[in-house]
Amino acid sequence: MKFITKYIKEVWLAIKSLFVGMRRTGYYFTHHKEIITQEYPDNKDSLILPKRFKGEVVMPHNENNEHRCTGCQACEIACPNGSLKVVTEFNLLENGRKKKAIDKLVYHLELCTMCNLCVEACPSDAIIMDQTFEHSVFDRNELIKVLNKPGSKIMDGVE
Amino acid sequence: MYRTTEIVNQEEGQPLEDGDMIINVGPQHPATHGVLHLVITLNGETIKKVEPHLGYIHRSIEKMCESLSYRQFIYVTSRMDYLSAHINNHACALCVEKGLEVEIPPRAQVIRVLMDELTRIASHELWWGAMAMDLGAFTPFFYAFRERESINDIMEETCGARLTMNYNVPGGVMHDLHPNFQKRVKDFIQLYKKKIHEYDEMVTGNIIFQNRMKNVGVLSAADAISYGCTGPTARGSGVSCDVRKHFPYEIYNQISFDEVLETQGDSYARYLVRIKEMQQSIRIIEQLIDNIPEGDFLTKTKAVLKLPKGEFYSQVETARGELGVYIVSEGGSTPYRIKFRSPGFSNLSVLDHIARGSKIGDLVAMMGTLDLVIPDIDR
Repeated sequence: MKFITKYIKEVWLAIKSLFVGMRRTGYYFTHHKEIITQEYPDNKDSLILPKRFKGEVVMPHNENNEHRCTGCQACEIACPNGSLKVVTEFNLLENGRKKKAIDKLVYHLELCTMCNLCVEACPSDAIIMDQTFEHSVFDRNELIKVLNKPGSKIMDGVE
Repeated sequence: MYRTTEIVNQEEGQPLEDGDMIINVGPQHPATHGVLHLVITLNGETIKKVEPHLGYIHRSIEKMCESLSYRQFIYVTSRMDYLSAHINNHACALCVEKGLEVEIPPRAQVIRVLMDELTRIASHELWWGAMAMDLGAFTPFFYAFRERESINDIMEETCGARLTMNYNVPGGVMHDLHPNFQKRVKDFIQLYKKKIHEYDEMVTGNIIFQNRMKNVGVLSAADAISYGCTGPTARGSGVSCDVRKHFPYEIYNQISFDEVLETQGDSYARYLVRIKEMQQSIRIIEQLIDNIPEGDFLTKTKAVLKLPKGEFYSQVETARGELGVYIVSEGGSTPYRIKFRSPGFSNLSVLDHIARGSKIGDLVAMMGTLDLVIPDIDR
């Protein structure tokens, strides 16, 4: 007799606990306002990523096609994976002296882990992190980018 | 793979008996939470032996760190235990700071502890969802991700990434807190408190769930100590091993929180420890969120960090247990040797012990309560 009461009690408790769980599921089934799911490719317009989001390294240029990079190679030294390569050249100034400047800043997006160490290391704030995050391409070579725009020069007053 | 296993078994002097069967679970199996390969010796439905095979995701992080500078190597450790990436970075930053003898500003300490606890909650949330999924319930996974998502949003706003934050640097943290941080954390606490009863309704109070967890995978306190288990796995067996209590780092000695202990030692006890630990983390955050001291968030350090010759060790409590970072320095700008004592490895080694004699259906449930993260085990 004891066994049967225990058995029935257990079955009752199991059914009850199932219904308690099902009630919770049913609550969300009928309350559509509490659903927080966003459907990603459709919400691209309303998708605003925070300013600090680390998407990829970019070099901002002003309207005169000038950047702030001095070619000091601090980012290259700080990078743990060798994603950044600074190619420097020497420009001849009017007074006959040579000045170091960048020819290219090559950025290997395929190696980058978005650790932000290069941006922290840069003494002249030449590079920043952009908020783009869709990096998939069909050809791997497209991921090797040159950050400074063609024909760009260093901004006046940046040392 | 079958042949290899046979040879291993013969070497150990345990040839297969009649009716024994070997089943390979993994390395590509959704229930192993990663690339873990389990070779299970079965007699009927009873488990005779579980043999974890590791190495499928070995990236030699320890060796890699030897060629990176003290600033650079921290980001690699995010890839060990990726669910508590921030706490891993914290351990490394602590060890470097110990070598440099740098004082961390109080604001940075509070920020680090806040982020640690948020990471702990996020990690336990994911564990809770995956745990229920291991037992066949799919819905709780989404409920867990709802809360976890709001933590990830907070992380994204302040640290710049959702999972591998790399927010700790030697001397403090990388950025200051985002202006929205306090408000959003308070919103999260409110949301969490409003929703926590759903966890009990859906999973904890469910009789089927309880029957599958109680008296399954019993780990005694003595075994937990001898296998080197830490974290919730050991605390479920009544072993007091919280690093935050016993070897307090940062400001943990000024905060009031309880070390959650259960004495049953079964799967259900380990489950309860994690559920209660989330509430303790909420308690810590509530104490700190209104009392973030003003000041610097970063101590200026030299451009090239050089640790003095010697050995340095620091330990933190991650969501899985005790993570130890051991650095041997020769005085240069890169470490001579780094060793990580990861909690996952010790917790996995106990699986064979607790699974022997139980049924194969309970194996995944036991694995779930150990909260394994495979990249943390292999490194």
